[in-house]
Amino acid sequence: MTNNPFPLSKDELLAAYRTMRTIRDFEERLHVEFAKGDIPGFVHLYAGEEACAAGIMMHLTDIDRIASTHRGHGHCIAKGVDVHEMMAEIYGKATGACRGKGGSMHIADLSKGMMGANGILGAGAPLICGAGLAAKFRGDGGVGITFFGDGASNQGTVLESMNLAAIWNLPVIFVVENNGYAESTSVEYATAVDSYVDRAAGFGLPGVTVDGTDFFAVHEAAGEVIRRAREGGGPALLECKTIRFFGHFEGDAQTYKAKGENDYNREHRDCLRIFANRVTSAGAVSEAEIALVDREVASLIDAAVESAKGAPLPSPRELLTDVYVAY
Amino acid sequence: MARKISYKQAINEALDLEMRRDPTVIVLGEDIVGGAGAPGELDAWGGVLGVTKGLHAKHGNRLMDTPLSESAYIGAAIGAAACGMRPVAELMFLDFMGVCFDQILNQAAKFKYMFGGKAKTPVVIRAMVGAGFRAAAQHSQMLTPMFTHVPGLKVVCPSNAYDAKGLLIQSIRDDDPVIFCEHKALYGSEADVPEESYAIPFGEANVVREGKDVTIVSYGLTVHRALDAAEKLAKSGVQAEVIDLRTLSPIDWDTVIESVENTGRLVVVDEANPRCSIASDVASYVAQNAFGALKAAPQMVTAPHTPVPFSPVLEDLYIPSADAIAAAVNKTTARALAA
Repeated sequence: MTNNPFPLSKDELLAAYRTMRTIRDFEERLHVEFAKGDIPGFVHLYAGEEACAAGIMMHLTDIDRIASTHRGHGHCIAKGVDVHEMMAEIYGKATGACRGKGGSMHIADLSKGMMGANGILGAGAPLICGAGLAAKFRGDGGVGITFFGDGASNQGTVLESMNLAAIWNLPVIFVVENNGYAESTSVEYATAVDSYVDRAAGFGLPGVTVDGTDFFAVHEAAGEVIRRAREGGGPALLECKTIRFFGHFEGDAQTYKAKGENDYNREHRDCLRIFANRVTSAGAVSEAEIALVDREVASLIDAAVESAKGAPLPSPRELLTDVYVAY
Repeated sequence: MARKISYKQAINEALDLEMRRDPTVIVLGEDIVGGAGAPGELDAWGGVLGVTKGLHAKHGNRLMDTPLSESAYIGAAIGAAACGMRPVAELMFLDFMGVCFDQILNQAAKFKYMFGGKAKTPVVIRAMVGAGFRAAAQHSQMLTPMFTHVPGLKVVCPSNAYDAKGLLIQSIRDDDPVIFCEHKALYGSEADVPEESYAIPFGEANVVREGKDVTIVSYGLTVHRALDAAEKLAKSGVQAEVIDLRTLSPIDWDTVIESVENTGRLVVVDEANPRCSIASDVASYVAQNAFGALKAAPQMVTAPHTPVPFSPVLEDLYIPSADAIAAAVNKTTARALAA
């Protein structure tokens, strides 16, 4: 392959696409399976936002920590959490990433630097300051990334944490995944500034806003702030303007959205289509190679759903274990 | 070698020893060094009441002053614990839980369980508790029951300098999140404390006075009130056994039950408000598990169901007194005395 105008090798481009496709198929499939009634509780789908997770996480390794949100499946997949274990967890099975004790909103894998999806909005920001502090004490060059939406951007925890990260010069990145809706409430209504870059400036942090449907824009901006943090340059804010294809949670009728909004976004602002079109039209990756990833991911998700459905339920004794290390 | 030092010095010594032993121990909180960035001295305060004074000179930047952002720095301590450190965060007054409780309740306490056992959060949150300082409603509460209620947390409240040192060392070495409650009215109280390091295991109550007629269970400052009451009662021929719980979660039920089985009477003394308190917890546990041994209804001596008042005359009424404890004991023995 010679026609590659991108800052990533062909293998890396395909890996990025695979991550995004895996997230998309995982979420689309959950949308279908949830409607059948087999999945307990709540699920909050990340479909539409894949370029954010993929573009950022490509810069990280297992020593780097992330603190995720209630909409965390995409972050988990991009950070390398096992897809089978994730699916089993969402079905409440003993083979799940949290042995069925956490569910969709609490998937974690600390060995991968994934400090947990989080059901409390904005709660990851203080935690990631701790991850940054630990990395700083260890001097291991690790960085911490906390994700939050435009909704949680107004939590005091996030604002306190930006100040703390700034005064301690922590290797921490605050990523706002601005999908325009805090549940059903618009960002224009709920957030007093037009740009999160202005808000970051209020805490002395550099900030940058990118089109979150453009993998390459996210990848480039994330690379810059992460490199800077790793080298001791301190925290930064990255706003990804993105899109939520589904509702706040599965079952949300989304009547607060404009008519035709979801259809328009799927047609014109789908980060996977945008990515595939760019890399294939540049000749960096062939359509056949994209199609092969699609097929492989489809069978991975099929297998994950099948094995999750067939997996054993937690035994009753699991109710009482894992409360303490020792008690 | 033991020598007499104060509760406050014992806490300082425990922090010093653990920081020497384990490089992952860090200490953070508001003014715990004191004077950060200010034009005067560093280590100006060493904590608002001087508990951490002098540690900065020994351990440098492993002690960090924080901004007044309890959610951020308590959460950062919890996050650092989940990433391999052993942070000791000082919340100053436990009353300030109101501005950071999510990080304790929904994060630290639940990581291990909701992540399927794969997380470990060895964080200690030190904070002052209790009334008697004329500090009024927002700096004086005994909020131990709130934390004891939460699965995943451990709750410690030492009544003396010896226990303060050994329990804090255990708290730092412990792999679970610990709420370490320091009664501010005890900071100056002295006891024989060995110079060397020692850890007191959790869930082991201390029988601080033996007696055959009634069991008085307490923790923290009111252990001393219970001992005063026991002294008075002895003069009227009633031999009270006094149990200092030391840790509220885990709690040493065996020692409590064994004592009640011997004495047949129970008085629980708790500086917390009465509803859903340590007192009601112990009374109900004993009623369920040693009912046959009871010769009288268990009695609770607690703060009233009110905020902590400011005026000294009211605050002194608020805290369980030795007289109130003795009166409660007399209630349990009234039938026997009347007979």
